[in-house]
Amino acid sequence: MFEMIEAVFTWIQSQYLIWTLLKIVLIVLPLITVVAFYTFFERKVIGSMQIRVGPNRVGPLGLIQPFADVFKLLLKEIILPTNANRFLFVIAPVIALAPAFAAWAVVPFNDFLVLADVDAGLLYVLALTSLGVYGIIIAGWASNSKYAFLGAMRAAAQAVSYEIAMGFALVGVLILAGTMNLREIVLAQQGGILDWYWLPLFPMFVIYMISGLAETNRAPFDMAEGESEIVAGFHVEYSGAAFAVFFLAEYANMILISGLTAIMFAGGWLSPFEGMPVLGDTFLGEGSIIWFLAKTVVFMFMFLWYRATFPRYRYDQIMRLGWTVLIPITLVWTMLAALMTVLGIVVKGS
Amino acid sequence: MMKRVIEYFRSLMLLELLAGMGLTMRHFFRPRITINYPEEKTPKSPRFRGLHALRRYPNGEERCIACKLCEAVCPALAITIDSEEREDGSRRTTAYEIDLFKCIYCGLCEESCPVDSIVLTGVLEYHMESREEGILDKDKLLAIGDRFESEIAENRNKDAAYR
Repeated sequence: MFEMIEAVFTWIQSQYLIWTLLKIVLIVLPLITVVAFYTFFERKVIGSMQIRVGPNRVGPLGLIQPFADVFKLLLKEIILPTNANRFLFVIAPVIALAPAFAAWAVVPFNDFLVLADVDAGLLYVLALTSLGVYGIIIAGWASNSKYAFLGAMRAAAQAVSYEIAMGFALVGVLILAGTMNLREIVLAQQGGILDWYWLPLFPMFVIYMISGLAETNRAPFDMAEGESEIVAGFHVEYSGAAFAVFFLAEYANMILISGLTAIMFAGGWLSPFEGMPVLGDTFLGEGSIIWFLAKTVVFMFMFLWYRATFPRYRYDQIMRLGWTVLIPITLVWTMLAALMTVLGIVVKGS
Repeated sequence: MMKRVIEYFRSLMLLELLAGMGLTMRHFFRPRITINYPEEKTPKSPRFRGLHALRRYPNGEERCIACKLCEAVCPALAITIDSEEREDGSRRTTAYEIDLFKCIYCGLCEESCPVDSIVLTGVLEYHMESREEGILDKDKLLAIGDRFESEIAENRNKDAAYR
């Protein structure tokens, strides 16, 4: 019996396609579950910050709430507006969602748990995170509604502006690590919490988080949604399952940005206690997937924290912040990062 | 000039943003002020003006003497009263109707009543499943009064000193 299972297992491993599909399912399924609970977590956290309790009616502590929401959305009708472009209207949420999931292919969960150990991983991630905005633009265009269209235009302008700041922030990481492979970027940060790149690249770390907010269209940069002026922006016309997919895409993107921040600036799966006298000798000192997940959760919490704290930006303020503040700072710090590498202040994998 | 430069670099340190985040974080750990409504309720004043009721005397006789003061004072014209002389010679209502859709719960009927018959109870959890149910007739009003008599009496006692 046991031998048979083993035989089946080795056969599956030998079939490259099946094995890879299995790994994809293993990444995507937990991701969707996490998205579901992330929406619940968001409502709870923001509730707490406003001294209320948040959803607590469905199931124990309200834990079944996300499933109730999902079923409600799935059972609702998808309304196609008249004169909407049918094909684009249906394909847009998928375009928004696909990159958010596809980018996880190169994310290293630990030293060996990575779907595709690509050498140009960083480029791949940058390309895919910027692809996500096409879903929003197409949705706004296909809806044949002025609010949706305005939302799409804003999303486009915002994405273009903040992509640059985001890219430059990652250039800093690139210079220090000397590689585009995400796994090697993490390995280059070895040696405890003070060796991670958040310290030498602190302004870039902050700017990456800010532009991450802008890229995912989250408060205070939720211009594409613009609840107070353009109702719900690009997804006014969406309902039911199509709306649920947009929702899924937004939260999947947030989780992705959190994971990437953990990898680029907070040492991925590495332990913060590495090399420390007492704690470093226990299991806490070893790098493991738990550390990666813990860091991701911390950054995910930050997203909610920002939303609970900051009022929304005005559109022109967003543009000014992006072009006249963030980009110049990243440019200056890119030079400094280069200087730090040349002078040997930051040594790879020390 | 120098001041503006310093101000610029201060703004880059995001101090205001951090202060705001500190505030939300402090709130995060505060005890919640939410009241879980069906299980927990806020205290209610004895003067609360909720659903209407007609009261009876302890011997079971209805208090209303069909003086129609409430009908006259009602600013929303929600009360309709018909009266007749009963066999024993007392004046009594044959019909006493309150239209809940018209009523503005001002409590003037309660104040005008010389025999404390029409009262507004503390009951606020009621609903109607059809439009007809929004009109309370005499039987219904008396039934409400019978059901909540102890509560009504207690609230009146508490408030008696101020009337």
